[in-house]
Amino acid sequence: MTMQDETIVSAVISILVENESGVLARVIGLFSGRGYNIESLTVAPVEQSRHQSRINIVTSGTPQVIEQIKAQVGRLVPVYRVANLTQVGPHVAREMALVKVVSSGEARTEALRIAEAFRARAVDTTATSFVFELTGATDKLDSFIDLMRPLGLAEVSRTGVAAIIRGPRTI
Amino acid sequence: MNATPNRNDLKPNTRGHGADIVLSGAEVLLRVLVEQEVDVIFGYPGGAVLPIYDALFKQNAVRHILVRHEQAAVHAAEAYARSTGKVGVVLVTSGPGATNAVTGLVDALMDSIPVVCFTGQVGVPLIGTDAFQEADTTGITRQATKHNYLVKNPADLARVAHEAFHIARSGRPGPVVVDLPKNITVGSAPYAPASRAPHPSYRPRTEPEREAVVRAVAAMKRARRPLFYTGGGIINAGPQASEALGRLVRKTGFPCTSTLMGLGAYPTTDRQFLGMLGMHGTYEANLATHGCDVLVALGARFDDRVTGRLDAFSPDSFKIHADIEPSQINKIVQVDVPIVGDAGRVIEMMLEEWDRQDGAPDPAALGQWWQQIDAWRGIRSLHFEQDRTPSAIIRPQYAVRRLYELAMETGRDTFVSTEVGQHQMWAAQHFQFDRPNRWLTSGGLGTMGYGLPAAVGAQVAHPDALVIDIAGEASTLMNIQELGTIAQYRLPVKLFILNNQYMGMVRQWQELLHGSRYSESYSAALPDFIRLAESFHAKGMRATCVGELDDVIRAMLAEPGAVVADICVAQDENCYPMIPSGAAHNQMLLGPEQEGEVKVSAEGRMLV
Ligand SMILES: Cc1ncc(C[n+]2csc(CCOP(=O)(O)OP(=O)(O)O)c2C)c(N)n1
Ligand SMILES: [Mg+2]
Repeated sequence: MTMQDETIVSAVISILVENESGVLARVIGLFSGRGYNIESLTVAPVEQSRHQSRINIVTSGTPQVIEQIKAQVGRLVPVYRVANLTQVGPHVAREMALVKVVSSGEARTEALRIAEAFRARAVDTTATSFVFELTGATDKLDSFIDLMRPLGLAEVSRTGVAAIIRGPRTI
Repeated sequence: MNATPNRNDLKPNTRGHGADIVLSGAEVLLRVLVEQEVDVIFGYPGGAVLPIYDALFKQNAVRHILVRHEQAAVHAAEAYARSTGKVGVVLVTSGPGATNAVTGLVDALMDSIPVVCFTGQVGVPLIGTDAFQEADTTGITRQATKHNYLVKNPADLARVAHEAFHIARSGRPGPVVVDLPKNITVGSAPYAPASRAPHPSYRPRTEPEREAVVRAVAAMKRARRPLFYTGGGIINAGPQASEALGRLVRKTGFPCTSTLMGLGAYPTTDRQFLGMLGMHGTYEANLATHGCDVLVALGARFDDRVTGRLDAFSPDSFKIHADIEPSQINKIVQVDVPIVGDAGRVIEMMLEEWDRQDGAPDPAALGQWWQQIDAWRGIRSLHFEQDRTPSAIIRPQYAVRRLYELAMETGRDTFVSTEVGQHQMWAAQHFQFDRPNRWLTSGGLGTMGYGLPAAVGAQVAHPDALVIDIAGEASTLMNIQELGTIAQYRLPVKLFILNNQYMGMVRQWQELLHGSRYSESYSAALPDFIRLAESFHAKGMRATCVGELDDVIRAMLAEPGAVVADICVAQDENCYPMIPSGAAHNQMLLGPEQEGEVKVSAEGRMLV
């Protein structure tokens, strides 16, 4: 008999769906109905001509649960393909954040300096505020936001993860 | 167009493509039904579906059965589907019509029953305005169906309606809702025949991987204590799958057990059949499940009623699991050989492989296994004592036994539906099914009120057959209004009530877990079922003691019309054997004597 692995792992699930009304609700309803986690979610059309959208979900669970998520999502009628990128192999996972910092004097200079180090762009600047745009892996965004906290962090807007397999393979 | 088209008029034009014929949406829908070979639908009218009812009025190809509640329409369609292998079809109005159907839809979803349910909807321009009888039907039924559609564009109507049938019946079958705004059914729409092209995204796998079957059969050949564990998937795979199962079980010489949903796939009277497994399964089936070394699960899904305590489920077995739905594999129990495919195809391939591969299981080991099983059988876990003095109280098990024996004497093709509760388990244990598709019960959802409308559906599908609902007095009151449908269509359904004046299954659990505090489980203020029957133009009968039982059953079976038989049974009878929740298969309670010994664990108390 196979023993069950109880360690919780994180996984990026990419789903290619028919771009029809209700499809996102189906996927999300499945997650909430079966008690699966959603840590982040992105969705956008990727193949206009073929009416396809791609949903990327960062989730976590035991390996058995992650397998179940894949299988359950695969059951949905408008789903073309579903892949656990974390399992498929090396992949790129990126998200974007818009970070508003309101400060002056020393803190303002420091914020700008850290932004440069992170290659964040100031996409909006006023005398009292910046909006930084930063793209990267989730943990990089997390640490940038942490560093901004004492420097007048006022608001954050994040996209959630978009992910793709490295190399010539596709899902 | 002819005002009263017959089946041929409604047949799609096979020479042209048919796509340019313009009809009303309602007429398009009826054409789809005819092309899908639907001959009966179960429904209830209302404002949003009046155009469809008008189109129904003008034709004779599709028969409509007017139920008395939309939930009943779905259960009737489920039983129609399960007893014929065809898709069951439902038509209900918007708002309350659709919401009333939801319980039936979830029931069909849980038990994998192919149903297409057409719901009316307010016109597209009114959607989202809280219009009269508007409900977000696709939103409400999204998790209640295999798939659902809202048709917003007349050009999609025919395609979507055809697709709904394809999705309902293929892969793991299930219910599909098609929500039809009134402007779509009133306005004109193009007809299109069913597409032969594969669906772009939905492609269920039916053909198993040979390699997996090879590994499975190799393990079966090495088995010393094998067991087949079969489920409703075999029934869904069609009668030929049950027939193939019979060959496989006999060829291998292995014992076979079945879930509640799978009863009848393998003849329950056969020596190689161990009875049902699970919470109220037989001692031999559960101990064989616990003790086997190779478990071959076919079209079953390791439901919690079957497995009992998971970490103690069949602890030493090599597990083979065949299911048409990949998500069922490794969902509850990790298996060693997963096989994705149609149960019938898997069984056929196993038969081929069994002949191809050398060797056979060690006959001595298999002989010992059978000896062990026979010893367990010797416990006679379904045995009960019935006092035969004429004035004695009828034990419910005895009533089911006699019903089975006397029904068999008639030689008629017999279909049995049930409600939910103790009577359902007694029916599963004591009625015998030697053919598939004749046992109609609500397994996954456990829906009280399923049985009477299910009997309607089965009787409509099989007008000459004997159709019996083995019911509890509490459950049957949940859809008792269907006696009206039974009267209207002169359906000779037999409602056989095991009247213990309790929600017996609830009482049993209260006895076991809650110090016999029978909170709200007494069936107070029951109707007089005889007069109830008479008011619905049926025959009412009653048996109050053993001496009356056979006469009442005989009279019921001889009656050409509908009967309500009120069988007054022992009120304190509990359903055994039983695996208490949270316990393992080898910790069964065989009878009330052991009830005192049971210590239901804290976790067990939290399970249902
Ligand atoms: C719709 C619904 N409500 C509640 C239940 C919970 N329940 C399960 S069995 C049962 C009692 C059934 O009583 P009866 O029909 O008399 O059958 P018996 O157990 O007495 O044979 C109840 C309330 C259910 N299964 N379905
Ligand atoms: Mg009762």
